[in-house]
Amino acid sequence: MKGHVWRPLYVVIGIVVLLLLFRFFYVPDDFGIQKQGYTFGFHRLSNEQEWKDFPAKYKGTEYCNECHDDKVASISASQHEMIPCEDCHGPARNHPEDPEKLVVNRSRELCIRCHSKLYMPSSGRSDIPGIDPGTHNTGMECAECHNPHNPSLEDM
Amino acid sequence: MKRRDFLKSTAVFVAGASVSLSALELVDPKEVLASRPELRWGFLVDTHKCVGCGMCVKACKLENDIPYDANVTRTWVERYAMMKNGEVIKDSPKGARDGFTSKLVDQGEAGTRLLRDKDIAQAFFVPKLCNHCTLPACVQVCPVGATYKTADGVVLVDRKWCIGCGYCIMGCPYGVRFFHPVVHTADKCTFCYHRISKGGNTACAQACPFGARTIGNLRDPNDPVAKAVLNERVGILRAEYGTKPNVYYIGLNKEVH
Amino acid sequence: MVEQVAHMMVHGEAWTVKELFVLPNEYVYWSIQIVLYPYMTGLVAGAFVLSSLYHVFGVEKLKEIARFALVFSFALLPVAMMPLLLHLQQPFRGIHVMMTPHFTSAISAFGIVFMTYACIVGSEIWFVYRQFIVESINRLEKKERRGIENMLLPIYKVVSLGARDLSPEALKADHKAVKFLAGLGIPVACFLHGYAGFIFGSVKANALWMTPLMPVIFIMSAVVSGIALCILCYAIFMGLRRWALPRGKTHFLPDHWAGATELTPEGLHSMQDYETKMTSKYLLIFMTLAITLELLDIIFRGYTAVRSWDIVREVIYQRDFFKIFVLQYGFGNALPFIMLLLPGLTTRRACVACVLVLFGVLMMRWNVVIGGQAFSLTFDGFMEYHLPIIPYDMETFKEGLGGALLVAVTPFVIFYFINMIFPAFITDDKAH
Repeated sequence: MKGHVWRPLYVVIGIVVLLLLFRFFYVPDDFGIQKQGYTFGFHRLSNEQEWKDFPAKYKGTEYCNECHDDKVASISASQHEMIPCEDCHGPARNHPEDPEKLVVNRSRELCIRCHSKLYMPSSGRSDIPGIDPGTHNTGMECAECHNPHNPSLEDM
Repeated sequence: MKRRDFLKSTAVFVAGASVSLSALELVDPKEVLASRPELRWGFLVDTHKCVGCGMCVKACKLENDIPYDANVTRTWVERYAMMKNGEVIKDSPKGARDGFTSKLVDQGEAGTRLLRDKDIAQAFFVPKLCNHCTLPACVQVCPVGATYKTADGVVLVDRKWCIGCGYCIMGCPYGVRFFHPVVHTADKCTFCYHRISKGGNTACAQACPFGARTIGNLRDPNDPVAKAVLNERVGILRAEYGTKPNVYYIGLNKEVH
Repeated sequence: MVEQVAHMMVHGEAWTVKELFVLPNEYVYWSIQIVLYPYMTGLVAGAFVLSSLYHVFGVEKLKEIARFALVFSFALLPVAMMPLLLHLQQPFRGIHVMMTPHFTSAISAFGIVFMTYACIVGSEIWFVYRQFIVESINRLEKKERRGIENMLLPIYKVVSLGARDLSPEALKADHKAVKFLAGLGIPVACFLHGYAGFIFGSVKANALWMTPLMPVIFIMSAVVSGIALCILCYAIFMGLRRWALPRGKTHFLPDHWAGATELTPEGLHSMQDYETKMTSKYLLIFMTLAITLELLDIIFRGYTAVRSWDIVREVIYQRDFFKIFVLQYGFGNALPFIMLLLPGLTTRRACVACVLVLFGVLMMRWNVVIGGQAFSLTFDGFMEYHLPIIPYDMETFKEGLGGALLVAVTPFVIFYFINMIFPAFITDDKAH
């Protein structure tokens, strides 16, 4: 074989070397096969921490209770005791600093998520008192008659 | 499980069983986590308890910065209505972000359809989310190692490395993946990794007023989820794909898959 | 992030119409570009296989068209990558496929197989044209260069890699190398395209795609479309050149215009009858294989009738009936099949048949890629794909008619410029 035959091969080897060199600088050091093996665990390790550092918005009823224990106590004594504060008041985020005030959702749309009467046998929905939102005091907000922290009309 | 680990977890179990139930609730979750030698996150959905309010979907979107009005979601709730004539009707309008408030069933281009009470034999809701499979098909097909499974069993996506080819979206048998409309990479449920790894609860489970959703450690014999998976009749979705899901369902029906 | 008022389009929403029960995150995520991707790779692989018929199996009569097919395959090569890049949500991260390949994924093979294949085709062309290049250097160095020839000479010098030996032994070595590379190229070309089929065939979540036949079907239809495109383009380009030269329209003759070749009207012949007949024969063989496999796939699905068959049947026999049985099998397979079989085949009839074959293979890619996403994972709903015609943002351009046309036009632009350096139509014995 004549020597010139190998020249394209040298070019190819050159390209491969350049690619590997680029790879060496480009791929993060912590990228590799982690505990789960190559099939399921081939990744950049620091991404796990990045996900752990994702900021939480919902803080939970215990967090609300630190300042608003009276409100938590009132709803806890009612039929709505199972509803977490943030379902209606919105995620606390960094309240009271940011946002300073939480906007409470008083819309009918919120209430009828549970209280629109649907025939759902074999589901917990059937156990919830419900109304037909198309006919039940249309145009009014539910909170005008029902106190969300004590919804039963008899108790009012 | 190693012998030592078994002894350890048995010790935790015995210790837990010896104190009263109410006292157990006061244990700091972080301390409990630290004492657990092995951790494998699992999820339990009780379909009997779900009322289709969709608060979980709303909380998930707000918690995880999924644009609220974009028609994609990390978790959703499906409505199933089995009619007396044998017909099965299903829908999940906007993933149930605004809950189920109407008897009209969303059929996409085919319009809506009224569910008449007297025709219904049984009807219920089924929440869906990423199954964080033991053998995730989505991870297997990722060409660049941008999605992966953590040691504690959560499937995550590296937003800085994903090329957005969509192969994982195609590979997932459950349709839980989508392209994030702002980040422009594949996106999916993380089991709220930022919350559970700090001892918290997932946003969806926390927002659920009825306890239909619970997350727990499948390796901890004292964990409510692990106990339910062990002792109750639970099912998984689409077992035929061999992905070994880690989301368990109480009250599955043959129409649900 | 507070509740946003403006509706935010998610990827796929612009062209997907849902019907009945479809999961909230389901859209036609893989659209026109992914239809074109296996189509273009298929053309590359098919053109290369055609050129190898001469180089490896010594089918002497195909010498001229084989050289054309090789250069054309090289021009198509970068375009096989284009649809993938246009479809990526993060196109600038495309290099990650080469940086951190995850080999449990069919796509990760792309970077390596594609590069290997490009190297093989590139080297083969280098060996085929080395004699021509060295002679051109000698010619250009002696004569007074005009305009573009000043640019051509340094390009030739770089391309020659300094190997200017034209001794008989050296040329013999070139010849041997071409044969070796063409032989090596066939399995790599099949692999390149077979794994494109594997990308689809291995998706267990997709009831229509998942079949081990997929890679084989893809290879067969690839060869079919590649040969058809070569026949068609070869005939058209030859006609064009014969028309352009006497009229002095040299910009239609890039090789002549750039000074790479000196053309005379006598040196230009039209496509020979035996070339048409010969290539058509190979086309028929591969078409038969492709159709057999595709029908086997449908029959098998109907016979085994697993759970997904209900919805797959509705897609195949009802919703996509026109696209599959009329456009793909009727106009794309049966009609050209008869046209090629009828006695007295002329080049013109062969060309019409090739247009139909190319259309048929495109429809096959469409029916697989789009058809596979035409039904929901729940098997309870359908999704319809509407190709964006008039783009209103980057996404609807990339994944719409505009992007598709861009991909379709690019190989011809590349081929035009490549002809200035590697003239695909030289007729004398300057090259192998």
